[in-house]
Amino acid sequence: MNNTSKSQRTMDIVQGGLAKRYQKEKRFKLYGLSAIFFSLLCLSLLFISIFSNGYTAFQQTFIEMEIAIDPEFIDKGNFAGSDYQGIIKASLRKEFPDVTGRKAKKRLYHLVSSGASYQLQDFVRDNFDKIGQTIRLWVPADDDVDMFIKGHIGRKGPEEDRRLKDDQISWIDSLVEQGRIKKKFNTTFFTAGDSREPELAGIWGAATGSFFTLLVTLALSFPIGVAAAVYLEEFAPTNRWTDLIEVNINNLAAVPSIVFGLLGLAVFLNFAGLPRSAPLVGGFVLTLMTLPTIIIASRASLKSVPPSIREAALGVGASKTQMVTHHVLPLAMPGMLTGTIIGMAQALGETAPLLMIGMVAFIVDIPGGFTDPSTVLPVQIYLWADSPERAFLERTSAAIMVLLVFLISMNAVAVILRKKFERRW
Amino acid sequence: MTPSYLLIILLLISTVAYYLGKKRAFAVVKHQGGPKVLHSRPGYYGMLTALWCGVPAVLIYSIWLVFEPTFISDMILSNLPADIKALPDDRLTLVMNDIKNLVNGNILSGEISPVIRSASEHYKHLQFISHACLTVIVLILSIAGLLVVWKIIKPELRARNHVEQLLKLVLIACSTIAIFTTIGIVMSVLYEAIRFFKVIPITEFLFGLEWSPQMAIRSDQVGSSGAFGAIPVFMGTMLISAIAMSVAVPVGLMSAIYLSEYANKKFRAVAKPLLEILAGIPTVVYGFFAALVVAPAIRNTGASFGLDVSSESALAAGLVMGVMIIPFVSSLSDDVINAVPQSLRDGAYGLGSTKSETIKQVIFPAALPGIVGGVLLAVSRAIGETMIVVMAAGLSANLTLNPLKTVTTVTVQIVTLLVGDQEFDSPKTLAAFALGLMLFVTTLILNIIALVVVRKYREQYE
Repeated sequence: MNNTSKSQRTMDIVQGGLAKRYQKEKRFKLYGLSAIFFSLLCLSLLFISIFSNGYTAFQQTFIEMEIAIDPEFIDKGNFAGSDYQGIIKASLRKEFPDVTGRKAKKRLYHLVSSGASYQLQDFVRDNFDKIGQTIRLWVPADDDVDMFIKGHIGRKGPEEDRRLKDDQISWIDSLVEQGRIKKKFNTTFFTAGDSREPELAGIWGAATGSFFTLLVTLALSFPIGVAAAVYLEEFAPTNRWTDLIEVNINNLAAVPSIVFGLLGLAVFLNFAGLPRSAPLVGGFVLTLMTLPTIIIASRASLKSVPPSIREAALGVGASKTQMVTHHVLPLAMPGMLTGTIIGMAQALGETAPLLMIGMVAFIVDIPGGFTDPSTVLPVQIYLWADSPERAFLERTSAAIMVLLVFLISMNAVAVILRKKFERRW
Repeated sequence: MTPSYLLIILLLISTVAYYLGKKRAFAVVKHQGGPKVLHSRPGYYGMLTALWCGVPAVLIYSIWLVFEPTFISDMILSNLPADIKALPDDRLTLVMNDIKNLVNGNILSGEISPVIRSASEHYKHLQFISHACLTVIVLILSIAGLLVVWKIIKPELRARNHVEQLLKLVLIACSTIAIFTTIGIVMSVLYEAIRFFKVIPITEFLFGLEWSPQMAIRSDQVGSSGAFGAIPVFMGTMLISAIAMSVAVPVGLMSAIYLSEYANKKFRAVAKPLLEILAGIPTVVYGFFAALVVAPAIRNTGASFGLDVSSESALAAGLVMGVMIIPFVSSLSDDVINAVPQSLRDGAYGLGSTKSETIKQVIFPAALPGIVGGVLLAVSRAIGETMIVVMAAGLSANLTLNPLKTVTTVTVQIVTLLVGDQEFDSPKTLAAFALGLMLFVTTLILNIIALVVVRKYREQYE
């Protein structure tokens, strides 16, 4: 009797608290779910903001100009030194004959990019016979006009605050009416080096720099990383020395990347006297930075090869080295390659250590070798992000999109490689 | 012969040596019953020949080329007229640079004096002699190596063991690079930092309350006296890291718990890689996002509440950094939570506890050491993160805990002090290395504690 009433009471307590506990359970689950959705929200916000800022950069506004190639401006003996700018200016004046005054003329000249004269120069070089004639040429518009056509800067607001003044807008409108302003695919962005003028700036120089830097990194870090992993996993005795190496590798994996930049500055530039801004030095620094990643991944991959393979090889009389090079390494290779690709993706996105060794300079020329001054894609993004022009904003976003495409495809290759060659023993 | 051609020729000779050695091995045993009486497979004899032919030569080659410029420069210097030799050291290096530029065919600014011209001719001459000597020595060495091995190839020569020994040496050398990297970091940072502390006392650096590293170059310049008290910089770093961790730890931990305890397989297969994308995005992209989207948004929100928010607020940089660290925290805690034995869960369920009660009262305490280790690693990452703060945080060192104000961090200061023109004598440049030393030491301590904690914890359940 007494017993039942007591157990009844316990049941009651449990029953009574149950609703509250289930509530708590639900709430907790919701917290977890909302944490994940918060992260995914941030991710999509990041992608959306970059895409919406950047997709317009793949098009560039061009103006069709009627250019009279006046022989007066062309210096026959010195084509490169001829006054092509003068021809462009004369053509613009002819287009809008009612523009007077120095300031108004200057504003008129500003409609067309300064790159137009180079384009004209190339045209004249290829077509000598056209000298003295009038031609029609699509030349790139200035970045302000480009932004105006793309709708990034409006015609509202007080005139003195605007990048484009009233008369400039009226000229643009009349050109648009004649169908002489068009947006075309922006090939310059993919083929040119850096420039102070947004409409002439491209990522090819930075991409080549990235390529050279990564080539050095890959050529050094893959063999060294694999060799170190093989030694530590297959040959090394367990003693203090190898323990020290292990702790060192694990620790280096967590050292801030900028510290590697300091090392590069002090050792490679100041001590060894290697050139500043060179992909060679960048590659050295990134090698030291990615080595721990590659070593750790390679060791994991070696570990996953079952001991039976090793014993079988030793059993038929292979030496230890033969066992490793003929049997274990080929089986572990896919995992090592995956680790290396992930390390390379890390290196491709790295910025901070490269700032330290001077790869942050303004470089117009496309680098042609490992010691030419150059910059890399992420540093180019950093440089452009600092520029005040509105047109550089969209180019920065576009460059980020290109970088992300590279990174995502590298990671995708790593995933596919892992899926394809992964063996469950 | 230019050195690069010489290297190619060496490689060619070594390749030839491989085939010669292999052929020799076959020839030696031709009348003794064929290759089966050889100690090693014939390829190893070839390899041994190639190695003895190539390795010593390449070693001499690289040592020679490393020391050649110093030797030639010294000889040029001793031959220069007395009035140039009497110049101070820095001017002398300029003269030397001029000579070297002339040798390499670079364009020189200004007029070239006949002394420098003749010195550069002399330099070219010496370089020519040096390269000729190098060519002769290296070629003799490689051919000698080839011949010696050729002579000693016998059936009982243990070629494989020799080759494997050498390979093992190479492997050992590769694995010590990690140690040399650490030593290199410590030495380079420490060396410059000590030079800095000779000018600025270490107590002033560690406990000073004012940071303005702009030094007057001339004594009559106004304004900048240079103050190197790093407390505001440390505080800024800690403020931004604290904001980042207050985002990353709860979100990362909760998502790890949801993914490992609640989510079904399908959801996990989609959400986990998506989270990992966050970890793969370069930091410069986060920096751009912080400066372009988050900072203006925070300023506008603040303005609508009547708050005065700086456009480079610590909050913006901290929030974005937190988002960057989420996947780091979540994947580390995921591993740890998965390592908690199933028996603990089953025990808790058997006593009638709900899932969340099990997690809060059993799994979380059991996984706590591992989680703490992961969080410490995340903190060290937040402290060392550079690009986000360079792009979104400010330069002025304010001693404040207000997240809406501008603060600066250790990494921002290192970048701003070292990017651009630098002279390696001014405390301004050296200060960057002192900050780098602090950064390295702090992250090192955090990493070691974290690694030890994680390792201890793993042993517990294995």
